[in-house]
Amino acid sequence: MWSFTRRAAQSVPLLGWLRPNRAVNPRVAVWGRQTGGVGVEESGPGPGPRPGRSKVPQSPSWQPVEVGELPEVSMEMIDHLERLALVDFRNQEGVERLADAIQFANQLHVVDTEGVEPMDSVLEDRSLYLRADKVTEGYCTEVILSNAKHVIEEYLVAPPGNIPLPKKEERDSFLQHSN
Amino acid sequence: MGKTNLDEFAMGSGSIDGIFGPVKNPWGYSEQYRERLGQDHKREDSDWVIAGGSSGGSAVAVASLTCFASLGSDTGGSTRNPAALCGIVGFKSSYGLLSRHGLVPLVNSMDVPGIMTRCVDDVSIVLGALAGHDPKDSTTIQDPFEPFELPDEIDVRNLCVGIPKEYHAPGLSTEGLKSWTKAADLFENAGARVVEVSLPHTPYSIVCYHVLCTAEVASNMARFDGLEYGHRSEVETSTEALYAATRHEGFNDAVRGRILAGNYFLLKQNYDHYFIKAQRVRRLIANDFLKVFGSGVDVLLTPTTLSDAATYLEFIKEDNRTRSVQEDIFTQSVNLAGMPAVTVPTVLSRRGLPLGIQFIGQAFRDKQLLTVAKWFEQQINFQCINLQGLLNNCDELHKPDISKIVMAPTV
Repeated sequence: MWSFTRRAAQSVPLLGWLRPNRAVNPRVAVWGRQTGGVGVEESGPGPGPRPGRSKVPQSPSWQPVEVGELPEVSMEMIDHLERLALVDFRNQEGVERLADAIQFANQLHVVDTEGVEPMDSVLEDRSLYLRADKVTEGYCTEVILSNAKHVIEEYLVAPPGNIPLPKKEERDSFLQHSN
Repeated sequence: MGKTNLDEFAMGSGSIDGIFGPVKNPWGYSEQYRERLGQDHKREDSDWVIAGGSSGGSAVAVASLTCFASLGSDTGGSTRNPAALCGIVGFKSSYGLLSRHGLVPLVNSMDVPGIMTRCVDDVSIVLGALAGHDPKDSTTIQDPFEPFELPDEIDVRNLCVGIPKEYHAPGLSTEGLKSWTKAADLFENAGARVVEVSLPHTPYSIVCYHVLCTAEVASNMARFDGLEYGHRSEVETSTEALYAATRHEGFNDAVRGRILAGNYFLLKQNYDHYFIKAQRVRRLIANDFLKVFGSGVDVLLTPTTLSDAATYLEFIKEDNRTRSVQEDIFTQSVNLAGMPAVTVPTVLSRRGLPLGIQFIGQAFRDKQLLTVAKWFEQQINFQCINLQGLLNNCDELHKPDISKIVMAPTV
């Protein structure tokens, strides 16, 4: 039940895992100490780096990129974004989060991208798969409509449209009540 | 089939922001961890260990021996991060190999369903069942896919392992560095060629990811308006008011933060300056990888996370966005470039918590990548989690009360 693999020894059934080998000292970091493992040679003959000559750099090879000043986010911008996204900032913390995000993103401008084309997708060298224009499935209106909260005779029901969002102060109050 | 917990909309690196509550790392309850805490340390219940994120629940399900394998999503490391912190194998396939049909989209150009198991062989089994072209996901490649079995006897003498020097990023813990160094030395001792390489745009990778991710998120989250599916608010004054209220009620701070930031970067006055710029930087990052692999390197070896899992109280000292930026540093550039990557549990830290090592392979050479990971796993023989203490306590809690058992009448 636990494992479909033919190599059941590695993906062991539950019982095996619950009764670990008590002979192993759990305080020691395991580097191939248990049965069958190959130990790591710190130094000695044969292939391998000489002591202190590992290929891994032992100190950070770069420092965090300097960030500029924290940008100011105006009330107009806040209102504009809230209307576009239909998501509210909720409080000052939300505004600060946006300012942080912009400050962080400003680090990009240090990079020289002269002559570099923007990349949309890593599969840009392949042609997109288009299937034949044949109906292969569907006829599931009931299932789809069952996901919606308000439905009248196969129509999704929405409140009246073409009414702009109220001004910010009124928005904040109706959003608070909607919680 | 079970469902597991995660960060809301897969945004986060701790799995603590879901509406059903946070995910706790089973290693925080293991003997290995508790023994090192010492007898005199009074363990508060609030001081549990995070599982990593955003697919923390899936990682915990496998790490706690509850199931054979689980699926997560990997957009910036959301499968590999919790896998490393929970001591299991976490695999992100090449972009385009696994269908994303059914995966709620976060960033369409980077999302990949992730596979989590206890050993690398199991990954290849699950991959064999899932991979291949899917007509319902036009971003899956049309090349035929053959399910494969990994060899048992592996010889790494002809392998070339690259160590990208920029992956010693500021903030890498001493233990993280030590396990990375030992992994590299392990390969070199076995006769593989280990070389230092450079991915020069690595420091900007997380910034590029941040911009592209928030931009795509702003677009993908627009579908949640409450009309066709999902939560719907009671507000009925107008359509726009309904949308605003539904989204106010339905999204948490992390999600709203990303949507608003994404909308900012997509504004007409900012589009070239941020979004297109990030897309150009993305090409530079992808080219870095291509150049390194083109020079004869087979796989790259890097740490998966900066350190072992933090306790919850430590983790919440910074907000979701800051933590994501810190925790995703080694994992997200692979998503930008579409390469496959896998994390393998390596060693226990001083605190008794797992650390993982990440292997990055060339696009669509998933089998080769998994073979290398399997060899490494065979050498390491990572110890299994000891949950005996937890199970003993469970027995105490669940002793049946005889007086309450009702005997059903027999006919």
